Amino acid sequence: MSKGRRLYLDGVSVVFDGFRALNNLSLIVEPGELRSVIGPNGAGKTTMMDVITGKTRPTGGKVLFGETDLTRMDEAGIANLGIGRKFQKPTMFDALTVFENLELALKAPRGPIACLRWKLTGEARTRIETTMAEIGLTERAQDLAGILSHGQRQWLEIGMLLMQDPELLLVDEPVAGMTDSETEHTAALLVRIAGRRSVVVVEHDLEFVRALGRRVTVLCDGSVLSEGSIDHVQNDQRVIEVYLGR
Amino acid sequence: MSLAVSTPSSPTRLRLGLRAGLVIFVLLLGIMPLLNLLPVSHPLHVSDFLVSITGKWICYAILALSLDLAWGYAGILSLGHGAFFALGGYAMGMHLMRLIGPRGVYGHPVLPDFMVFLGYQELPWYWLGFDSFPFAMLMVLLVPGLLALVVGFLSFRSRITGVYLSILTQAMTFALMLAFFRNDMGLGGNNGFTDFKELLGFSLNTSGARAGLFYASLIALVLSFLICQRLTRSKYGRVLTAIRDAESRVRFLGYDTTSHKLFAFVLSAMLAGVAGALYVPQVGIINPGEFSPANSIEAVIWVAVGGRGTLVGAVLGAFTVNGLKTWLTSAAPDLWLFVLGGLFVAVTLFLPKGLIGLMKGRGR
Repeated sequence: MSKGRRLYLDGVSVVFDGFRALNNLSLIVEPGELRSVIGPNGAGKTTMMDVITGKTRPTGGKVLFGETDLTRMDEAGIANLGIGRKFQKPTMFDALTVFENLELALKAPRGPIACLRWKLTGEARTRIETTMAEIGLTERAQDLAGILSHGQRQWLEIGMLLMQDPELLLVDEPVAGMTDSETEHTAALLVRIAGRRSVVVVEHDLEFVRALGRRVTVLCDGSVLSEGSIDHVQNDQRVIEVYLGR
Repeated sequence: MSLAVSTPSSPTRLRLGLRAGLVIFVLLLGIMPLLNLLPVSHPLHVSDFLVSITGKWICYAILALSLDLAWGYAGILSLGHGAFFALGGYAMGMHLMRLIGPRGVYGHPVLPDFMVFLGYQELPWYWLGFDSFPFAMLMVLLVPGLLALVVGFLSFRSRITGVYLSILTQAMTFALMLAFFRNDMGLGGNNGFTDFKELLGFSLNTSGARAGLFYASLIALVLSFLICQRLTRSKYGRVLTAIRDAESRVRFLGYDTTSHKLFAFVLSAMLAGVAGALYVPQVGIINPGEFSPANSIEAVIWVAVGGRGTLVGAVLGAFTVNGLKTWLTSAAPDLWLFVLGGLFVAVTLFLPKGLIGLMKGRGR
């Protein structure tokens, strides 16, 4: 499956009222790669996600997914292209059950009429059940998403991403507020997911990034400061100054 | 563990109870025109007044259902749904005016009275076709539907939501009211249309025609309910609920939320148009007052009182609030607006899920 497309950001800039949120940012994520992105507050991590998913239009530069220019597409178009995003704050549909949340996320025709005619086939049900097992929420299938714990909500949201069968997963601060065992579980889950798909994780928690154990990109002031293994990055003098030294 | 597709959130017993209650309610409504035929002295006799006012309420209930679809499910709080109701009513009114033919006060063979009075020489182009019943019925659906399509498309595409959208819809109905008040719209100005004679060959002021309209409204109510139920229980309904609660999340799932909201809004406007079309021949008049923003807001209160996002609640709310209104406006006319306002505040503060929510609380 890792014949997928590569994500290529080339010289991307975003300016809000004179403030440069992204400054000539370039980044390549290879198919199947698991990449961690770290950086101090205001480094542009979330803005980078916004640009990739079409929420924010870049002021300059190119964002390519394979051959496709993402800067010309809207959120729904980009999502359907195979790029899924997990938000910092888990957002799901509290009035629907775990099962229904996953059902909505399942890759299927998205138009109003198609949804009206939608019938849950055995194949779709199997896929939903498989995902529920993977994120460990099988027992909670018929519970409303609104009553899940914080960690379970994060997993449900990752599950919803998986249902879309994306080529590239963007995961924004997945373990913020999680207990240690939940954090461990999440790291294992993301490592399992990567390989079949590319995963970009934005995170503050360095222990978690270490647990992922893959290539790390450090952002600062809207551009790449350093890139490499976690040990390389942690010994980089510039990184220590702006980030770790604080 | 069964993975039922329907929303399992409400207790099934309550759901069955509500459904049984609804069937009984419809049957009770259904025998009203029959009881009206009994001699006045008979203890079960239902007065003409009660039959005709219930017929009106049925139309209001359809309007409430349509609003519940837009507001309760898709989260589009329309404060201008009365406009779609009124447009449906006007389309029906134009048909009824054409059917008067030469029986007007001025006895003109083609032109309605108000046009003769205003010195029209011939029928304006947009009146053509309204002598045909199927054409008029098509317009009952198309005119509100098209307005909803245009207003909805422009605002949903620009991502206007929440209170801004509500203000926009309110402005829409207000603008239409002002427009319809003008004589040169060719739609009767502030007097609107009245003095209707017949529909489908039946004279309107016979009890038979009244019963016919009553049953037509009742059937329309049941059909609207079934359509809305089919819609809201499908995955489409769950998409709407999801849009209501977290629209941008739905967008990131790859749904074009604009088209989903547009579909619900247009369908809702068409249902409101049908309600208006059934309402007009029963009350015998349509004028620009129907576009008044207050009407649309009242409809929102019906749905809020009954319980939004439940369909049954919308119907319940329409009947309860209008029943209360009829009783109070004769018992203590000055009090009504205070009660209506108070009701809205009370429901918002103490019964956010409306009367249905109250029953659910009891049912547990």
